[in-house]
Amino acid sequence: MTEHQRDPAQPILEKAQALVDDMFDVVAAWKKANPGGLAVGHMPIYTPRVILEAIGILPVAIFGGGDQVDIIRGDSYFQSYICQIPRSTIELGLLGRYDVLDGMIFPSICDVIRNLGGMWTLLFKDKYSAYLDLPQNFNKSIGGKFYASELRRIATELGVRGAKPLTNEGLATALLNENARRAAMASLDKLRMDEPWKVAGSEAYLIARAGSAIMAKEHTALINDFVAAAKARQTRPVDNVRVVLRGAFCEQPPIALIRSLEKAGCDIVDDDFQLGMRTIEGPIVTPENGELLVAIANAFLTQGRHCASRYIDEDEKGLDVVKRVREVGADGVIFAAASFCDPALLDQPMIEAALTRAKIPFTSFKFSENTGQFQVIREQAGAFSDAVKLWGSEA
Amino acid sequence: MSTEVRDEAQKDHSQQTQKRMMAEHFNKLETAKADGKKVVYTFVPGNITELILALDMLPVLPEINALQSGMRKKSAGYISEAEKAGHSEDVCTYVKCDVGMKKSGNIGPTGTKIPEPDLLLLSYTGCFTFLKWFELLREEYNCPVAMLHIPYQAEGKITPEMRDYVVEQLRDKVIPMMEQVAGKKLDYSRLSSMLELSAKAEENLVDVWESARNTPSPIDGYFGGVYYIGPIFTAFRGTQDAVQYYEELKAEVDERVRLGKGPMTPDGDMPEEKYRLVVEGPPNWTSFYDFWRMFAREGATVVSSSYTRVGGLYDMGFRHDPEHPLETLAEYCMGCYTNHSLPARIDLLEHYIKTYAADGFLINSVKSCNSFSAGQLLILRELEERTGIPGGFIESDLVDPRYFNKANIDNRLQSYFQMLEARKQGSYA
Repeated sequence: MTEHQRDPAQPILEKAQALVDDMFDVVAAWKKANPGGLAVGHMPIYTPRVILEAIGILPVAIFGGGDQVDIIRGDSYFQSYICQIPRSTIELGLLGRYDVLDGMIFPSICDVIRNLGGMWTLLFKDKYSAYLDLPQNFNKSIGGKFYASELRRIATELGVRGAKPLTNEGLATALLNENARRAAMASLDKLRMDEPWKVAGSEAYLIARAGSAIMAKEHTALINDFVAAAKARQTRPVDNVRVVLRGAFCEQPPIALIRSLEKAGCDIVDDDFQLGMRTIEGPIVTPENGELLVAIANAFLTQGRHCASRYIDEDEKGLDVVKRVREVGADGVIFAAASFCDPALLDQPMIEAALTRAKIPFTSFKFSENTGQFQVIREQAGAFSDAVKLWGSEA
Repeated sequence: MSTEVRDEAQKDHSQQTQKRMMAEHFNKLETAKADGKKVVYTFVPGNITELILALDMLPVLPEINALQSGMRKKSAGYISEAEKAGHSEDVCTYVKCDVGMKKSGNIGPTGTKIPEPDLLLLSYTGCFTFLKWFELLREEYNCPVAMLHIPYQAEGKITPEMRDYVVEQLRDKVIPMMEQVAGKKLDYSRLSSMLELSAKAEENLVDVWESARNTPSPIDGYFGGVYYIGPIFTAFRGTQDAVQYYEELKAEVDERVRLGKGPMTPDGDMPEEKYRLVVEGPPNWTSFYDFWRMFAREGATVVSSSYTRVGGLYDMGFRHDPEHPLETLAEYCMGCYTNHSLPARIDLLEHYIKTYAADGFLINSVKSCNSFSAGQLLILRELEERTGIPGGFIESDLVDPRYFNKANIDNRLQSYFQMLEARKQGSYA
C-alpha cells in the first residue's frame, strides 16, 4: 500500500503545498494562459478579491516572505521596532519576485502597511499601487456609500491599465464563484471543528493559503476535494485540547509553528489566519434588483468579522472571541500576535480581560513570520494544554 | 506639543501667556463636574475643537497629558503600571502612559484630577493607534464613543467622495451624539463665528512659521514650535484667547526679526545661527530640554518641522471657512500631516528644506509612532537625492525614557553637526 492510499488527502495537500511554494510560477502560468490578463497582489486582511475577478484580474494574496527569505535590503528600509512583514515584502519586491504582478493593493490594516503602500509607489513607479480605505463607519448610507466609491475607483484605475470594465454581469459570475468558495471554506471549517482528528489546523491553513494565487472556482474545487478526502480518513480522536487562536490576523506565523502547537497537544479548531478569505461571514447576498457592487460593499459592513483593524462600534471588545469559543466548543484560547503588531497587541489586554471575565483559559505569545525557534512556544503550549486538561477553566 | 515649560527654562512673554491659558483651562476641568460641564476626550490630529466648544463642552487631549507626564518625569511609572496590567512593551507609549495615568488616579499636568470623559470623540485621523486607544479607554470609562473616520489622502488629494463621507458622519452621527451628551442643539451661527476666529489665529501662525525665512531665523520651528502650536492644536482654536495669543506671538517674532535676533532657547536667545535644519518626527518629551540644548549648544536652529503640522497644514493654504462649517472641518481633518501619504510627506519636507534654505535634514524616529516612523528611512534617502543636503537619523521615543539614550543621541548629533561644518568649509563632499 502506498503512502497516498493510506492518506487520501495527501496528494491534495501536496498540490496545495506546491501552490503555496511556487506561487509566482502559478501566477506566471496564469498570465501565459490568459494573454493580457492582469495579476494584482493584495496585502493581508480584507481586499475584495471578487471585484478583481469580476474585471478579469487574478488576485494574489501577499503574506510577505515567511521563513523562506533572508532579509537583507528589506531591513535597511525599516527600524528595528517595525514588524517583519513589510521588510520581507520590500525584500521580495527588490529581488524582483513580484515582477509578475501588475500592481498591489494595500488595505487599511495599520500605519505600517499604509506607509508601505506609499513606499511602494516610490520604489516601483511603473506598477499600479492603491490604498484601499476600508470604512470604519458601518452605516450603509455613509460608510457603505464611501466604500462602494472606493471599490469603483480601484476598478476604474485598473481599467485604465487593461482590466475589463466592471459590470453587473461580471460581478454576478464572480460572486457566484466567491460564494461557492465561501461555502467550501465553511465546510472545511466545520469538519475541522467537528472532527479535528481528520483535519489539522495546519492543514486547513495550507488548503486556504493555496487559494492565494488562483481563481475562486479553482480554489473551491481544491477545498472540496480536500474535504471529501479528509472525511474518508481513518484517523481516530486523540486526547488534545481544543483551542481558538487569535492575533495572527496580518503577519502569519510559519506553518511549522502552527504544527508545533498541534504537536504540543492543541487542536486549533478556529483561528484568524488569512482573514482575506474569511472576513465576510456567510454568503454575500445578491439582490435581485440593484447594484451588486453595493451588495459587496454592504456585506463588509454587516457580515464583516471582528478583527484588530476593525472598529467595534457597540459591542464589547473580545466578546466575539468568547462567543466563538462557546460556538466551537473550545477549551481555551491561544493569543499569538506578531511582534510589534500594534493592532493585535493593543487588542491583547481587552481580549484577555474578556476571556478572564468569561473564565476561559488562555495563553499568549509573540512570533514573527521568520521565527525559527519553536521550542519555548511548544513548551508553553504544552504546559497550557496540560493545565487545561487537568484544571479546565481554572487553568 | 507642549503647553508649559519647566521653571529653569527661559521663556518668552507669549509662553507665559500660554501657561496662563492652560492653567485656566485645567482649572475649568478641575471643577467641570461641579459646574455641570461635559468633558470630551479627543486627539490632536483632526481635532474638531470648535464643535466641542460651540456645544459648551471642555476638551481633554490624552496625547497632551501623556507628553506632559513625560516632561514631568511621570511617564516611566505610568508606562510601568500599564505594562503590569498586560500592555505589550511593543506598543505606543502615549497609550500606555495614558492608561497608567488613569490607573494611578488620573492626576493631570497641573496636579489636579482630570475629570472622566462624558464622551470619547474618536477623530481617527492619520494614526491607527487612535482607534485602539479609545477602544481601551472605553473599557476604562464606560462612556460613549463618537467615531469619526477620516479617509487617508493616499492619492495626495481630497476627493468629493472623501469630503462627503466625513461631512455625512459629522452631520448624521457625530454631531447628534455630541448634542445628546451636551444636552443642547448645535448653534451653527456660533460655530461659524468660532471658525472665523480660527482662521484669524491661523493667519498669524503662518506668519510665525514663515518668519523662519529670515537669517537668523527668529524662531525654532521644532522645539520652540511645539509651544507655538499649543493653543491652536488643543483647547483654544476658535476662541478670542487664541486670536490674542497669536497676535502677541507674531508681534514678539516680528520684534526679533527687527532686532536681528535668533530664537529663544532654554538658556536664552540663541547667540549665533550656525546650521539651519528641517526635522521630521515628534520630539522626545522625557528629556525635552536636554534634547533641545544638544541643538542650541551647537548653534543649530530648526527652521521647519513636520511634527508641528500634525494639527494642520495652515502654511500650505488651509484656513477654516466659516461659510461652510462642516465641509471645512472635514477638509481640516483630512489635511493634517500624518493623514498625507508618504510621497506627499516627502514633497512637503523637500518644500520646507528649499523654502527655508536648510543646511541639513534630520529625522527623529520614535519607537512609539509607526504612523510617523514606518518609511522614514526611505524619506531620508529620497530627500538626500532630491535636495543634495545630508540627512541625519536618530532614534528615541515619545515618553518612554528607556528609549532616550542621551550619550548615544548626543554623539550622533555632534558627528552630524561636524559633518555639516565640514561641508560648509568645503572639505566634505
